[in-house]
Amino acid sequence: MSVLTIRGLNKFWGDTHVVRDLDLETREGEFIALLGPSGCGKSTTLRLIAGLEDASSGEILLDGKQITNLPSAKRGISMVFQSYALFPHLTVADNITFGLSVRGESRKSQSEKLARVAPLLGLKDLLDRRPSQLSGGQQQRVALGRALIASAPVCLLDEPLSNLDASLRAEMRNEIRSLQRRLGITMIFVTHDQTEAMSMADRVALLRNGRIEQFDTPEVLYSRPASTFVAKFIGAPPMNILDVGAFKACGMTIDGKFKVGLRPEEIFLVERGLPGRVTHAEYFGADSVLSVDVEGVQCAVRLQGRPAIVPGATLHLGWNADALHLFDAETGLRQEAAVAQPDWVQLQPA
Amino acid sequence: MKMSRNFLISFALLFPAAVLLIAFTFYPTVATLIDSVYSTPRGRRPAAFVGTGNFERMVADPVFHRAFINNLIYAAVVIPVSMGLALAMALLVNARIKGRGFVRLAYFTPTILPMIAVANIWMFFYTPDYGLIDQFLRLFGWGGTNWLGQSSTALWALIVITIWKLAGFFMIFYLAALQQIPPTLLEAATLEGANYFQRLRRVILPLMMPTTLFILINAVIEAFRLVDHVIALTRGGPNNSTQLLLHYIYQVAFNFWDTAYAAALSVVMLVLLGLIALFQFGFLDKRIHYR
Repeated sequence: MSVLTIRGLNKFWGDTHVVRDLDLETREGEFIALLGPSGCGKSTTLRLIAGLEDASSGEILLDGKQITNLPSAKRGISMVFQSYALFPHLTVADNITFGLSVRGESRKSQSEKLARVAPLLGLKDLLDRRPSQLSGGQQQRVALGRALIASAPVCLLDEPLSNLDASLRAEMRNEIRSLQRRLGITMIFVTHDQTEAMSMADRVALLRNGRIEQFDTPEVLYSRPASTFVAKFIGAPPMNILDVGAFKACGMTIDGKFKVGLRPEEIFLVERGLPGRVTHAEYFGADSVLSVDVEGVQCAVRLQGRPAIVPGATLHLGWNADALHLFDAETGLRQEAAVAQPDWVQLQPA
Repeated sequence: MKMSRNFLISFALLFPAAVLLIAFTFYPTVATLIDSVYSTPRGRRPAAFVGTGNFERMVADPVFHRAFINNLIYAAVVIPVSMGLALAMALLVNARIKGRGFVRLAYFTPTILPMIAVANIWMFFYTPDYGLIDQFLRLFGWGGTNWLGQSSTALWALIVITIWKLAGFFMIFYLAALQQIPPTLLEAATLEGANYFQRLRRVILPLMMPTTLFILINAVIEAFRLVDHVIALTRGGPNNSTQLLLHYIYQVAFNFWDTAYAAALSVVMLVLLGLIALFQFGFLDKRIHYR
């Protein structure tokens, strides 16, 4: 079981600063997600760890050993590429054992390792096929097999599920997660899909403009977002960020240096609370999301089932006292401060 | 009505190409086949059927033997060396080197020169004593070699010119193929521990096999077709040491005006090229992975 440490990592592309002072340390056998919008530097970070790009400054250590300047093959790191990067002219078996073969392992040991890995990934009957004869999911498994066969302590995955259709994606999500647990390796995967990150990872590093905005468990990212950026990135629909002025209508006064965060799913309807007018409603089956106009600000409200509410209706919104998140209005950073809240707001749902 | 209209339009579109092909490819081929079994018509004596006579003459013809063997040596050296050089040059100019654009242009220049111009440039290179090569060799105490004028070196001198001319042309195809290889494949290979030569042998070359076959076919054709420099520099001499099949056919047909024998020689060359093409498509094509 290995620990990967990244300290003060920087990467410039000419004048563009793509990775800024990145610090990150994995724990043994951990599954880490690098999450962020496109262009936030998450793929570059992964390529820096793999050694496919040279770091401008900073260091990368594996179990305390410097690997920053080692060639990628010597780092003890394997990788699954977004496009899978399977060799089209080789069979599945030859693709998986490619690394062993170029490093001069005996045919016997190659086939032993192949016999161990292939059933793990359900590839036993496909070993003689070529990549073009495989479905997307099967190609993904071959790429995983090639990454796993050498038992490198750290495995990197670049957007591993982005080329799969929705149902296959859910299946592969479970499969990759259980493989990682069973093999006890450290996996770092890049994704722009928060559901993927939240459901698979032990810890999620949320990146923005090359910086880590927050690095913590999915629970903490959701329940205690470190900034408005995190708050708005995690959750579907994302957290409502409201001006304090909106709360005057329900008799609450909050210091003007704050902005207030409130998750759509933590809002319920009460007899007397924050009044708002429904502008439109979206129905998703298990729940509905209403857009409510509160003092000129759009606020999403998530309700169970299909409530009989038509656009134009006036609602009163309520929430529990601990549902309010405060952020600095200027920096967007989370502030810990208690908000005095009249009792009636958290009355029972209407 | 509509069908016949369609037919007329397609016929009109195909007609010009068909006329050209029939007039300049199919008819001459068939005519050559027929001529090869007749004698050459002269004056008042029309062509007479001689069966395999022309071919029997070939078996006994020492110049034909010489030309055949020369052409085999010529092809056996020109084809692999020009292709190997083309690959090496393509790998070089595909890498991130300084002045890449200039080097690419420099490598490609011989291709855009007409072969006659090339021959004249090399005539200067090969001139005894005053030529570039001899001037250079004189620095080391050698020199005074008549490269084109002696049987032992003349064929090799022509081979060098052909390679110089073809390698840059083939490089362009290799370069295009190299740029088609997804960089992530090479990254994946690097990450798996493959060094440069392993990447070349296990990933790059197999993926470029379709291009290699294409270049090989072209190289074979060029090795039998390219005789402009023979005409410009040696005319097959000295002592037939640079006699190549196509040049011999040209001499027999247009210097000696023995058209029937030239037709028979053409048939032999056609069969030879046909056999090579059969091998290339029947044998190599099955071993190539097409993306």
